[in-house]
Amino acid sequence: MTHRIEINLKKQVRDARGERIRREIEHFLHFPVSSVRTIDVYSIDAQLSTKELEIIAAEPLCDRIIQSSHINSSAASDFDYLVEVGFRPGVTDNIGRTAREAIEYVTGRRLEEGEGVYTSVQYLLKGELKPADVEQITTGLLCNTLIQRYRIVDFASFNAGTSAPLGIPKVTAETRATVNEINLNVSDDELLAISKDGVLALTLEEMKIIQEYFQDSAVAEQRKKLGLSENPTDVELEALAQTWSEHCKHKIFAATIDYCDENGNREEIHSLFKTFIQGATKKVREQLGERDFCLSVFKDNAGVIKFNDEYSLVFKVETHNSPSALDPYGGALTGIVGVNRDPFGTGKGAKLIFNTDVFCFASPFYEKTLPARLLHPRRIYEGVVEGVEHGGNKSGIPTVNGSLVFDDRFAGKPLVFCGTAGFMPATINGEPSHVKTIYPGDLIVMTGGRIGKDGIHGATFSSEELSESSPVSAVQIGDPITQKRMTDFLIIARDRNLYNFITDNGAGGLSSSIGEMATECGGCRLDLAKAPLKYSGLAPWEILISEAQERMSLAVPPAKIEEFLALARKMGVEATVLGDFTDSGYFHISYNDATVAYLPIDFLHEGLPPMQLKGVWEIKKHPEPQPVEKSDYTGELLKLLSSLNICSKESVVRRYDHEVQGGSVLKPFTGVNDDGPSDAAVLRPDLESFEGVVVSHGICPRYSDIDTYHMMANAIDEGIRGYVAVGGSLDLIAGLDNFCWCDPVQSEKTPDGEYKTAQLVRANKALYDYCVDYNVPLISGKDSMKNDFFDGVTKISIPPTVLFSVIGKIDDVRKTVTMDAKRPGDIVYLLGKTAFELGGSEYYALRGFVGNRVPRVDALKSLKRYRAYHEAVQQELVASCHDLSDGGLAVALAETAFAGGFGMEIDLQRVLFSGVACDRTDEVLLFSESASRLLVTVHPENRDMFEKVMTGNCFSSIGTITEETTLTVTGIDGSMILRGALDDLKEAWQSPLREL
Amino acid sequence: MTLAKAIVLTGNGTNCEIEAAHACRLAGFDEVKIAHISELLYGEVRLDDFHFLNLTGGFLDGDDLGSAKAQANRLKNARITGTNEHLIDQILRFIKDGKLILGVCNGFQLMVKMGLLPALDGTYLNQSATLTFNDCGRFQDRWVYMKCDAASPSVFTKGISGGIYLPIRHGEGKFLVESQEVLDKIEALHLSVLKYSDSDFSAPTMEFPLNPNGSTNAIAGLCDESGRLMGLMPHPEAFLHRTNHPRWTRESLPEEGDGLILFRNAVEYIRSNLL
Repeated sequence: MTHRIEINLKKQVRDARGERIRREIEHFLHFPVSSVRTIDVYSIDAQLSTKELEIIAAEPLCDRIIQSSHINSSAASDFDYLVEVGFRPGVTDNIGRTAREAIEYVTGRRLEEGEGVYTSVQYLLKGELKPADVEQITTGLLCNTLIQRYRIVDFASFNAGTSAPLGIPKVTAETRATVNEINLNVSDDELLAISKDGVLALTLEEMKIIQEYFQDSAVAEQRKKLGLSENPTDVELEALAQTWSEHCKHKIFAATIDYCDENGNREEIHSLFKTFIQGATKKVREQLGERDFCLSVFKDNAGVIKFNDEYSLVFKVETHNSPSALDPYGGALTGIVGVNRDPFGTGKGAKLIFNTDVFCFASPFYEKTLPARLLHPRRIYEGVVEGVEHGGNKSGIPTVNGSLVFDDRFAGKPLVFCGTAGFMPATINGEPSHVKTIYPGDLIVMTGGRIGKDGIHGATFSSEELSESSPVSAVQIGDPITQKRMTDFLIIARDRNLYNFITDNGAGGLSSSIGEMATECGGCRLDLAKAPLKYSGLAPWEILISEAQERMSLAVPPAKIEEFLALARKMGVEATVLGDFTDSGYFHISYNDATVAYLPIDFLHEGLPPMQLKGVWEIKKHPEPQPVEKSDYTGELLKLLSSLNICSKESVVRRYDHEVQGGSVLKPFTGVNDDGPSDAAVLRPDLESFEGVVVSHGICPRYSDIDTYHMMANAIDEGIRGYVAVGGSLDLIAGLDNFCWCDPVQSEKTPDGEYKTAQLVRANKALYDYCVDYNVPLISGKDSMKNDFFDGVTKISIPPTVLFSVIGKIDDVRKTVTMDAKRPGDIVYLLGKTAFELGGSEYYALRGFVGNRVPRVDALKSLKRYRAYHEAVQQELVASCHDLSDGGLAVALAETAFAGGFGMEIDLQRVLFSGVACDRTDEVLLFSESASRLLVTVHPENRDMFEKVMTGNCFSSIGTITEETTLTVTGIDGSMILRGALDDLKEAWQSPLREL
Repeated sequence: MTLAKAIVLTGNGTNCEIEAAHACRLAGFDEVKIAHISELLYGEVRLDDFHFLNLTGGFLDGDDLGSAKAQANRLKNARITGTNEHLIDQILRFIKDGKLILGVCNGFQLMVKMGLLPALDGTYLNQSATLTFNDCGRFQDRWVYMKCDAASPSVFTKGISGGIYLPIRHGEGKFLVESQEVLDKIEALHLSVLKYSDSDFSAPTMEFPLNPNGSTNAIAGLCDESGRLMGLMPHPEAFLHRTNHPRWTRESLPEEGDGLILFRNAVEYIRSNLL
């Protein structure tokens, strides 16, 4: 029978969770709720004695100091409405899993197969509420109906006992070993219908390639021998759909593009990826020559570079946008624990040393109406922030760098970038750690979590736009603890040399991971019936493509399998042999003895001809605002500091553990009160050494409205600029690109596809040009190409966005430079020239304009300046340095001043300008976002040395640090044009998101 | 035994083991073992072979049943494979033998929920206090000042003048007691060895964010009457070198971080009393 144990807080104990919900109801839904109390409910579907039940309720499930437990009786009292929220069947219930283990320790026996623990939460609401209000609170805040169920009971019905409980979300389906054949000898329309109805995301051309393959008589002959008909099985069709999905295959980046520029010059590009991304890295590695530090690029789950002779550094950044749109918490949590598996599955496996997060949202204060199915940006913000908090913190990986970017077009799809770096010994058991090989005969082993229906069609679903009918099953909830146990185990297995090859199970599930591994040795034979399942009822194709989380796939030599499995058992990790690797040339899948898929590896991976795209570039003219001449710009600065893209994100950052593992050197916040914004992060991955890792990023989607070429150039420069500012070395620096685009494929839904393709081409051209000029190799990256919402009426496309992440080294972390002003009397320098480049700026956005004069990057001059600056850092001549980005000089001055707690006197007459004299205005000098500029302060005793080191570069001293607590700026006509008290400036900067 | 030996327990979501082990080595322990809980449960490693048990920070079992609850249940009930011995027998023997246990963050939560702290009158395994959700309702990573009670029996805090400055990183750090009587006793016996305070270490404070979680009497760290068992929410192993300090680029600081003294005191106590 099912027992219900309810745990509530004792009356006098504060309910922090309830209070937070009450505040959110009040703040965002504006309902009068006087109190919210919460109750945890455990529904235990297991044979337990009364005595056992009493121990379980009293000890592991209840903290008797603050809580009371109730066995098979209600804890609820004193409320107007009770809302109970629990999971839908099959959704990962982490607390239920932990409770199950706790029960097993208490009883000393394992729960039977099919027995289980399911959790739900009751919210007791008090207040003058109507039933419709409670419904809105429930669906708008407490319950995500995609993955959760709820019931609402008013006090009277509750007491009358007329309301049925939620019941347990047990999956009860029978195992169906059925495999269906799909007849592809049908019309084109029917082919398309097969693809659409099955969420295969295959185009007609792709369906016809598959059709043609199966029509081949030689193929049919061979299939007959294995008991297969001439039609593909659902397993085969699904495997092809996963492997050929945009998500896995990157068809757009591999496409042949006919590109035409604004002057009508045409060129044909064969694969953006090969031409511009791999091309840039190849060129940079040639330039680096003997100093090349790239070890493994573009071939593994993450890029690997040399850190020093003893260690290698691994880095990868992923996006998890589509799932985060549907279930922000689960989507983002899965995003972070998912990207953790990339460096973990790179080479022989790396220890994870930090996470980075960048989120792009619409304003959390969004007030326009949204199409159905889209969650309010505020809810996405809350859910994503919390998902990444739980994923990162519980995994014990510090979250060291990130940002939040706001633009209302991200209401259509939020962007959730999650990055993770790893650190591994350069050699393990005498072999280079970044190299791995599979030999025919090696066993296919899956470790970690079990397979369920969660995450089916994630890869294909994210290869389409979001719509009202997006599948529920595409959402997963990660489980950081199951993953942590697995990684604890696998690191030991790695060091004992127990496996030959490791990779992650991500998009496409086993279909992708084993499919890709099979290319290493030329084949595999996999039995789906051996795969451990969370519950029965999965068809073979579902087992193959499920994206259930926390799994790694390995190749284990038969001689080591016993030791491998024994270690797994000991450490409480599930590991299962699913088959073996072969050199048959075939991806051969069975279910018990029956063959259910038999596809040539070549066809699976190389069967797809490149897509053909056309890109036509045109320069779009935006209205150009009239210059403003004011006698005082303090108000503009205060407004800029309060804009969402510039204001402090401290309320989010403090929720992320950024210091675990003990190597924290430069934290996200710095300065006299630990609240100034750092430009990059520095940490020591090896506590025995002072060599550090530096990480930063650049992202500026706003410039895409003018020209994606310059958007890309500025993102690269911003990433490098922040990295250089804190002291990162230019001799060991690498980049990662993450493209998030709106669909660029011309179609009825996307009539401007050719323009979007041209935007993509231009961004790639800049990526090549600037990486080559900056001498920064790209080591890994990812693209997500369908970031649109379309429900048949409303289309929302994100602005083309690239996150450019930068990773590298600082030889001695004790030379790290922070951004806060250090002491009165210090000289303030501005490195680099300012130009009239307000196009796409935060300042123009504030005025309601985009403009046209987008900042341009001169990489060669900037690199020379960055090198000179780095030399000054090496000689310890720099007291502080802050990079200029959103909001330009004015914002950088304010941040430097209030972070340090010292005033500044600045004279704009001394700012170097590039351009015609009439453009040199106070407005331009204060707010232009010209690239490659650094605001540096230097102790007076170091002035001569600093200026000597910087000789030959554009720089000027523009003022001094003062004892006062004000920032004052003198304009070009000599009068004071800005005067702000540090407290006011800081308050403007901190207040907007403080309460979120 | 002539070597001072420390053990750092890991597994199921513990994640500060590397820096805790580093702290032990820096402090002068001759041998430092990072042991996965499965090694203890399989009898491959025994607590009896060590002097200093580190229960470090992390998210044991995801804190799914409340912080450290599931591990408290595991340590109380789990049996050493193939024997009749329970792990808890080893732990109680470890205490009886006069050895040291330091619980940090999740490890402190674990000790409190197992009833190893405050364990008034030596009643180990009788829970009389707890650590629960911060008043602000959120996980917090920030640095805190703690005033140290020089009259405390804690062997870990000897020689601390004024107080120490360390980071907290927790969502459930609010210290609560079963009754006023328990609290009175804790205070009378000087067991509340570290209290959140202002930056001068002048007085305990209930003011956020100096007191980041709303702990009763601003209690940040607690010891038992023997002084050999201690727990604290802030992370001493996260401040071993001056570059860990949030303001190290603007203040002149000693090379060594505030956190190391706890580990140094542990090794000195062991050398004087147990070797």
